[in-house]
Amino acid sequence: MGKIFFYVVLAVVMVSGLLFAPEHAGLAIHPMDQFVVSSMFGDHVGMFSITNATVWLALAVLSTFALLVLGSSRRAIVPGRAQSVAELTYGFIYKMVEDVAGKDAVKFFPYIMTLFIFILMSNSLALIPMSFSPTSHIAVTAILAALVFITVTVVGFVKNGVGFLGLFWVSSAPLPLRPILAIIEVISYFVRPVSHSIRLAGNIMAGHAVLKVFAGFAGALGLFSFFPIFAITAVYALEVLVAFIQAYVFTILTCVYLKDALHPSH
Amino acid sequence: MASKTTETAHGAAEAAHGGGSAMPQLDFSTFSNQIFWLVVTLVVIYLILSRVALPRIAAVLAERQGTITNDLAAAEDLKAKAVEAEKAYNKALADARAEAQRIAAETRAEIQAGLDEAIAKADAEIAEKTAESEKAIAEIKAGALESVAVVAKDTAAEIVTALGGKADADGVAAAVTEQMKG
Repeated sequence: MGKIFFYVVLAVVMVSGLLFAPEHAGLAIHPMDQFVVSSMFGDHVGMFSITNATVWLALAVLSTFALLVLGSSRRAIVPGRAQSVAELTYGFIYKMVEDVAGKDAVKFFPYIMTLFIFILMSNSLALIPMSFSPTSHIAVTAILAALVFITVTVVGFVKNGVGFLGLFWVSSAPLPLRPILAIIEVISYFVRPVSHSIRLAGNIMAGHAVLKVFAGFAGALGLFSFFPIFAITAVYALEVLVAFIQAYVFTILTCVYLKDALHPSH
Repeated sequence: MASKTTETAHGAAEAAHGGGSAMPQLDFSTFSNQIFWLVVTLVVIYLILSRVALPRIAAVLAERQGTITNDLAAAEDLKAKAVEAEKAYNKALADARAEAQRIAAETRAEIQAGLDEAIAKADAEIAEKTAESEKAIAEIKAGALESVAVVAKDTAAEIVTALGGKADADGVAAAVTEQMKG
C-alpha cells in the first residue's frame, strides 16, 4: 500500500515537473550545453584559439604521458602498478594488431596505439564532472576515421597495386552476382568512415546527454531526486564501460580495415 | 507570453554559443579550431609513443623475457650439473663397491688357501697320529690278551684250590686256553 502511494507521488511529481518545466527555475535541462566549444580567453573561437576542447585534449596528452612515459620510467623487471597498466595496454593493442591485422601490420602499431590511447584517454577524462568530451564531436571522430580511411586506402594500393580492387570483386560468388556484390562492397567501403566516426561520437554524446538529463531531473525533483541520482549512477557505470568499449571498437575496426588493405582477398 | 520570452531568450543564448544550432557538434565555426588542436594532439601523442613510450616498454618486456629465458637456462644448466654429479656419485659408489668386493674376494681366497693348507697339514698330522695310535692300541690289545690269559689261568688255579681241588697247573692252563678259544 505504502509502495503504491510512493510510486503515485513519484509519478505525479515527475509529470508535474515535466509539464511545468518552462516556469520552473530548477528544471533547466540543457543536455547539449556541455558540448559547446568556447574560447578560454575572449569570445571568439578562431582556428588557433585556446578553447575548452584544447584544454581537454592537452589533458589527454598529459595523461598519456603520465601513464606510458612516467609509469614506465623505472623500467622495473618486476613492474609496479602504473608500469603494469602501461605494459598491459601495450600488450593488449600489440596482440590485437598482430592477431587481427597480421604480422606485417606490426609496423602500424604506434599509429594504432596512438588512436587507441587518445580515444581511451579522451573518453575517460570526459567522465569527470564538468569536463568536455572531445570524442563526442563529429569533427574529431570524423578526422580520426578519415585518417584511418585514407591510410588504409593508400596502404592498400601501395602494397597491392590494382590488386587492391580485388577486395570489391568477390571471386567466391557466382559470376552473375559479382557486379552486384561489387557495387555493394564499394558502397560499404565508403560507408566505413561514416559509421566508424558516428559510432564513437554518437555513443559518447548520447551517454553524456542522458547523464545531463537525469541530472536536470535531480535538480527539479527535490526530495525525490534520489531516483534520478540512482539512474545517474547506473548510467555512469555504463558510460565507464562504453568509454573503454568504444576505444576498443574503434581500434579493432581499424585493425580489420588494415587487414583488408594488406591482404585484400576474401 | 512569458514562456515565449523565455524561449526566445534561450534561443538567443544557444545562438550565442551554439551558432544557431541545437547541436554544438554541428557548429561548423568551431571545426577548424577542433581539427587543428586534434591534429596537434595526435602528432604529440604519436611522437611521445613512437619516440619514448613504446620503445621503452618494448625494451622492458624484452629484458624481462631475456631475464626469464636466462634464468630458465641457468636452472636447466644447474639441473644438468646435478644430474652429472649424481651420476659421478653413483659411479664412484659402484667403483667402491666393486673394489670392496674384489678385496673381499681376494682376502677370502687368501684365507681359504691358508685354511686349506692348514687343514691338509692337520689332516696329515691326524693321519700320522691315528696310525701311531692304532699301532699302540694293537700293541696294548695284544699285551692285554696275554695278561687276560695269565690272570685267567691264575684265577682258575686259585678257584680250583679254593674249592678244595688240587690245582694242576698244566690242566688248568689247557682248560682256560680251551675256554678262551670258545
